[in-house]
Amino acid sequence: MGEQLVGVQSGGSGSVGTGVGIAFDQVGKAFGDVVALDGVTFEIERHSRIGIVGPSGGGKSTLLQLTAGLLEQDAGSINVEGETTTQGRLSRCAMMPQRDLLLPWRTALDNATIAIENRGLSKKDARAKTRPFFEHFGLAKFEDVRPDALSGGMRQRVSFLRTLMAEKDILLLDEPFGALDSITRGQMQEWLLRALGDVPRTVLLVTHDVDEALLLSRTVVVMSARPGRVVTVLDADLRTEGLSRREIVTSPEFIELKESALEAIE
Amino acid sequence: MNAKASEQPVADEMPAEAPTRKRPSAWVRFWRNYALAIVFLIAMLVIWQLWIKIFDVPKYLFASPTGIVTSLQKDWSRYLAPNLWPTVSEVVVGFAISVVAGVGLAIVLHLFTPLRRAVYPLLIGSQTIPIVVLAPILVILLGYGLLPKVVIVALICFFPIVVNGLDGLRLVDDDFIRMMRTLDATRWSIFRKVEFPGALPSIFSGMRVAATFAAIGAVFGEWAGSSQGLGYLIQASTPNLQTARIFAAILLLTLIAMALFGLVSLLERVFCPWVSRGGAL
Repeated sequence: MGEQLVGVQSGGSGSVGTGVGIAFDQVGKAFGDVVALDGVTFEIERHSRIGIVGPSGGGKSTLLQLTAGLLEQDAGSINVEGETTTQGRLSRCAMMPQRDLLLPWRTALDNATIAIENRGLSKKDARAKTRPFFEHFGLAKFEDVRPDALSGGMRQRVSFLRTLMAEKDILLLDEPFGALDSITRGQMQEWLLRALGDVPRTVLLVTHDVDEALLLSRTVVVMSARPGRVVTVLDADLRTEGLSRREIVTSPEFIELKESALEAIE
Repeated sequence: MNAKASEQPVADEMPAEAPTRKRPSAWVRFWRNYALAIVFLIAMLVIWQLWIKIFDVPKYLFASPTGIVTSLQKDWSRYLAPNLWPTVSEVVVGFAISVVAGVGLAIVLHLFTPLRRAVYPLLIGSQTIPIVVLAPILVILLGYGLLPKVVIVALICFFPIVVNGLDGLRLVDDDFIRMMRTLDATRWSIFRKVEFPGALPSIFSGMRVAATFAAIGAVFGEWAGSSQGLGYLIQASTPNLQTARIFAAILLLTLIAMALFGLVSLLERVFCPWVSRGGAL
């Protein structure tokens, strides 16, 4: 199963620590009079997983859109694997939005194939390439179902698969489970933790849920409310292999980290 | 991903709605949707008939429901049928042209913003010209045949289709477009995969409005100058005080519009199966 997923990865070579993935240098962004981000500076190693937490309205989503090249910063520079222009950044990043944004007129399978179809693969080849992943994502037998017949958790998994199939080196996850109820969210976090384990990608996860950030990422960047600034950077490299979500989130190290994160947010 | 993550079935991960949920039969749905309308219609017809009877309204002044039915039988082969076909063809051809031109223009205006800025205000302005006054001019220009009627039907149907089409294309959620951009979509594939399918329900709404206008356009066209069609029949029957025949022709015009409306709704169901409408026609 591992090999299957590795098949989706981009041409990038190997493991954590192969240079700088994303570098923010004094990044600022304002919308009219509202300063969303101010002097944001930090670096993300290639193929590492970073969680960004902070109060809502703190410019976290703006930071993701800037990274993806959907927005242009007003000040500072953003370097995404050497790309500094918005077009260049766009070519490196795939974003998974908070709302699943599945196209209601396409089946689950055809939603997941969009990225490779956009790159010119025929519908038939795109389907053949994507279909095997449905079983690994717990979506078997739902390939030809339209999104309105899927549960929230399933829709989010299709959305994640669609993002993954884009074969970009950088995954930007914007509150990926924010719209789900807490039980489903817990299950999805556990599922994503394992799904990401075998996929060497640079992951930037934005969330307002401290547990989610600590659970899913190795480094947690705490941001302040508007204007968004980096308050502190926490090392959250917890041992997660073989442990369930419950075991991880109730471990003493986790609680300790959570306390310092919450303290920083205040 | 390891085996644990994928193989554990999650309790509440059943789909919100099973894909093959049993729907009530077509007759049950039809009855549920239209029973009240049918009862109301019958009640109105009975009141109408009684009114004519009780007040002894002369036949040339106002027709009764039974008078209309009698006219439908008596006048069918001589007056109604020969004039039905020309009107149907005017309506169908004119409507088809307006759909092609209207959807086409909406797409072009949507894709080329400067063109939209240039043309759209004029398009709105053109709607303040009453089509009725255009009809005689078109007859002078295009003669007595089918063509001027088709043009008038197309003109009258064109506007709701363009406006609804443009709105539908413009109001597609920006988040969908951003999502497509991070997935390497070109302008064209955003249009083809997101904007156009997203606008389809709106285009069909415009077509449904247009379908109800089409028969009116045909009548205007025939009144401006023609020797056949239901509008012509109404005009020719008026001096003869053939009131029941006029009403029968009006009924046929209504049926043409309703059939067109039904056809559009059917097409929408075929092309937009993801849109759930609570049984509305």
